[in-house]
Amino acid sequence: MTRQFLLDGQPVPFEDGQSILEAARQAGHYIPSLCWHKDFPAHGSCKLCIVKAAGRHVSACATPAREGWEVESNTPEMNGERRGLLQMLFVEGNHFCPSCEKSGNCELQALGYEYEMLSPRFRHFYPERPVDASHPDVLLDFNRCIFCELCVRASRDVDGKAVFALTGRGIDKHLVVNAESGRLADTDFSKDDLAAHICPVGVILHKGPGFAVPIGERDYDRESIRQKKLRDEEASS
Amino acid sequence: MSTPPRKLRIATTSLAGCFGCHMSFLDIDEHLFELVELVEFDRSPLTDIKEVGPCDIGLIEGGVCNAENVHVLRAFRRNCKTLIALGACAVNGGLPAQRNHLPLSECLREVYQFRPGIANGQIPNDPELPLPLDKVRPIHEVVRVDYFLPGCPPSGPAIWKFLTDLIAGRTPRLSGGLLHYD
Ligand code: SF4
Ligand code: SF4
Ligand code: FES
Repeated sequence: MTRQFLLDGQPVPFEDGQSILEAARQAGHYIPSLCWHKDFPAHGSCKLCIVKAAGRHVSACATPAREGWEVESNTPEMNGERRGLLQMLFVEGNHFCPSCEKSGNCELQALGYEYEMLSPRFRHFYPERPVDASHPDVLLDFNRCIFCELCVRASRDVDGKAVFALTGRGIDKHLVVNAESGRLADTDFSKDDLAAHICPVGVILHKGPGFAVPIGERDYDRESIRQKKLRDEEASS
Repeated sequence: MSTPPRKLRIATTSLAGCFGCHMSFLDIDEHLFELVELVEFDRSPLTDIKEVGPCDIGLIEGGVCNAENVHVLRAFRRNCKTLIALGACAVNGGLPAQRNHLPLSECLREVYQFRPGIANGQIPNDPELPLPLDKVRPIHEVVRVDYFLPGCPPSGPAIWKFLTDLIAGRTPRLSGGLLHYD
């Protein structure tokens, strides 16, 4: 017998051990995410997938679905919280989209559009985060890192290299490169690594392509992140 | 005979911006004819009025990079019922704010003393010149802002949608293809 929970009033079937997010996406419902990736265990850091389950706020990517639960996701309250989280992510780094090569293909930006984030609301931190252009093929612009650890996980668990790590705590947290010099050029990182292709924002950028695809003709210029993620899900199942 | 409705009064200015947002404003093309039926302009690069007076709507392009920007912005806030951050630089500082992680003195020395081709360069210190701030700030960090219209620049259609919503008394809404940060 399949078990199910209710997502915004609609029945969603799930298998044992599946998270609320996975089950919802599989059933064609969109719950947003940034740090979640279907090939890795849940990370639970960005909180964009926040839902109210049985009256409590939980991360949908890290919470196993339960029979009979009533889950609220696409409500003004939850979407408002998501907007607040996005605003915090934006002011915490240096996000100048007009000069970012990732613009139009960036998940953080696309979520800003999806949840109609018009203002930064908070005071900008303007942190100092020097770029690393040492590697011949790949540029690291730490200004835009959201600490999702997707590159850390991909490099360690798939590429078998452990090129990246997070260090520091709280407001001092930052991404580092595992080399004595701290430079990407002094690691065995390659542009063909999974870690070179997994960053949801504009930190790990391949040198060369630049603006070959012009602004206005990119992924999220053509469709919303909601549409794209649901389409990707369908294609992979 | 009924009197025609009072025209809304709009003021616009560019602080630490490049006038790109004003150019995009002109990009609403033939809607400009509709607009001048509904509004009249106070201080703006379009009128050459130098001081802002009481207005319904104030459009601010650019962030705040010097003392004069602060004065102009505060004057707009005092005079405008509704104040709008127009474009990326007003919203988050934009390109000028990319100097924020450098000491101001270093920026000035780089431009006025060490730039190739400059001999005996000096940092300008004429008292007429507004003093630069140590950091470039988006306008909401200096005054209260009612609405934000992002984009570099916001497109003509986005500006038109925003203004027509506002003039009609609706909460301006940019969604779908009209909301862009780039
Ligand atoms: S990483 Fe995304 S949100 Fe940040 S500046 Fe680039 S496009 Fe904008
Ligand atoms: S570099 Fe990209 S993938 Fe790595 S932690 Fe930062 S945002 Fe995530
Ligand atoms: S997607 Fe669930 S916390 Fe990031």
